[in-house]
Amino acid sequence: MTDTAAQPTRLLDLANPTRFLSLAGTLLPWLAGLSALVLAAGLYMSVNAPDDYQQGMTVKIMFIHVPFAWLSMMCYTLMAASSVGTLVWRHPLADVSAKAAAPIGAAFTALALITGSLWGKPMWGTWWVWDARLTSVFVLFLMYLGIIALSRALDDPAKSARAAAVLTLVGFINIPIIKFSVDWWNTLHQPASVLRAGGSAIDPTLLRPLLVMALGFTLLFFTLHMMAMRNEIWRRRVIAMRRMAARRADEKGEEA
Amino acid sequence: MTALFIRDFRLALRAGGGALVGILFFLAVIAVVPFGVGPDLALLSRIGPAMLWIGALLAALLGLDRLFQADRDDGSLDLLVMAADRHMLGVTVLVKCFAHWTATVLPLVLAAPMLGLFMNMTPLAIGATALTLLVGTPAITLIGAVGAALAVSLPRGGLLVSVIVLPLTIPVLIFGVSAAYGATTESAPFLAPFLILAAITLFFAVIGPLAASAALKFSTD
Amino acid sequence: MNHLAFVLSSYGVSLVVLLGLVAWLLIDQRAQRTELQRLEAQGIRRRSQKAQKP
Repeated sequence: MTDTAAQPTRLLDLANPTRFLSLAGTLLPWLAGLSALVLAAGLYMSVNAPDDYQQGMTVKIMFIHVPFAWLSMMCYTLMAASSVGTLVWRHPLADVSAKAAAPIGAAFTALALITGSLWGKPMWGTWWVWDARLTSVFVLFLMYLGIIALSRALDDPAKSARAAAVLTLVGFINIPIIKFSVDWWNTLHQPASVLRAGGSAIDPTLLRPLLVMALGFTLLFFTLHMMAMRNEIWRRRVIAMRRMAARRADEKGEEA
Repeated sequence: MTALFIRDFRLALRAGGGALVGILFFLAVIAVVPFGVGPDLALLSRIGPAMLWIGALLAALLGLDRLFQADRDDGSLDLLVMAADRHMLGVTVLVKCFAHWTATVLPLVLAAPMLGLFMNMTPLAIGATALTLLVGTPAITLIGAVGAALAVSLPRGGLLVSVIVLPLTIPVLIFGVSAAYGATTESAPFLAPFLILAAITLFFAVIGPLAASAALKFSTD
Repeated sequence: MNHLAFVLSSYGVSLVVLLGLVAWLLIDQRAQRTELQRLEAQGIRRRSQKAQKP
């Protein structure tokens, strides 16, 4: 490892993604199989779970809605951590991780919103309420889209990674403020009458399938994330190799 | 620093009548509202503060992409970034933000009372709205500086800046409007949201320039 | 019961979106892989590979 220390940046840059690729190659089938297994078990448990005495069978939407909402926040946290890695250590995998996570996080956030809306219609009688939680998740969704738009708008991958990292971190700092302000705004506009019917503790018969489903979706998220990261690394290699091919063709043309 | 402020202030004023276009846009937005919701004076006076805030927010976002664009075009942005070892780049950005705010957003705040008359607002409501705009709009410019710095290397970043910045300005809008309402309605408080609004502005006076200077450094090297 | 429709549609939407995500990732993966193999077949190597086996 002495020669790596001699020229640290270049070799580490290239060695790490390669090691990651081989790790992902061995890990991915297991991770995918495990998440499929856990999700199947969770699905079986949630089908067999008893109906809630208040909400009837719509409580089954909770088993997917809550994991989605949870993952949408976890994904943003992961992206913020990756952004710190990009900006502070300039770790090459960190920006791949952040870029790969953004579309998946946006998809999970959209699913949380859609399933929440589908749950709200039979329960509250409306597709959408400007409830504090819904509104903050909606803002989170907008921020995901902004990050994706920014990272797609810049050509240079290193520059776009750093720009997206700055935006992710500013958004991460802002999330508590947004949450607090939306709570304030909500209590100002709506007296607490619309919702919060069953705020009591969840029954263990419902909690167990929920936890299994949450675990399954978390595994699914990491599977997808790893796949997306691998794709992104490959995409960068393809771009680098195309550039080499163009250069070589250019040199040949000059020789001839 | 004062020299930079005056230079930026002049530049912003000269650049295509920036302040005037902003005010015209603000005026157009406010003038369109009654056609949208109907000429009901009671309704207009009720939604007046909110409309003034939304109009000011949009008009402030309109000119944001010019914050660093002109400097980038003539190359002085690189000089400012390189001078970072003499003065902290964050301070430079802060000064630029205030120059931009004075040149393009402060006229909006001054125009707001006149537009408030169109919306059939009471003098108290007009005064409260203008005061909250005065305290709150710097936060919009400071958040916007981050977006402008991120999109500075893009040829047409104006729309992208708005898309990036709008979700982040939601807290400013919420507390600005609720403070403006708090001044006129009995049940709602005025001082608490107003103080939070001031706190948000101060908070972004720190976070905004720091993040914007980081983004500028990354985009130039 | 009407509630069943809501439950089924929410599960259905989730399934469709997640399957779409997986399909997009797989298609992307195949595209990058074939492109990589095509370029490698042309004898183009990245700098790192040259360094490893000169």
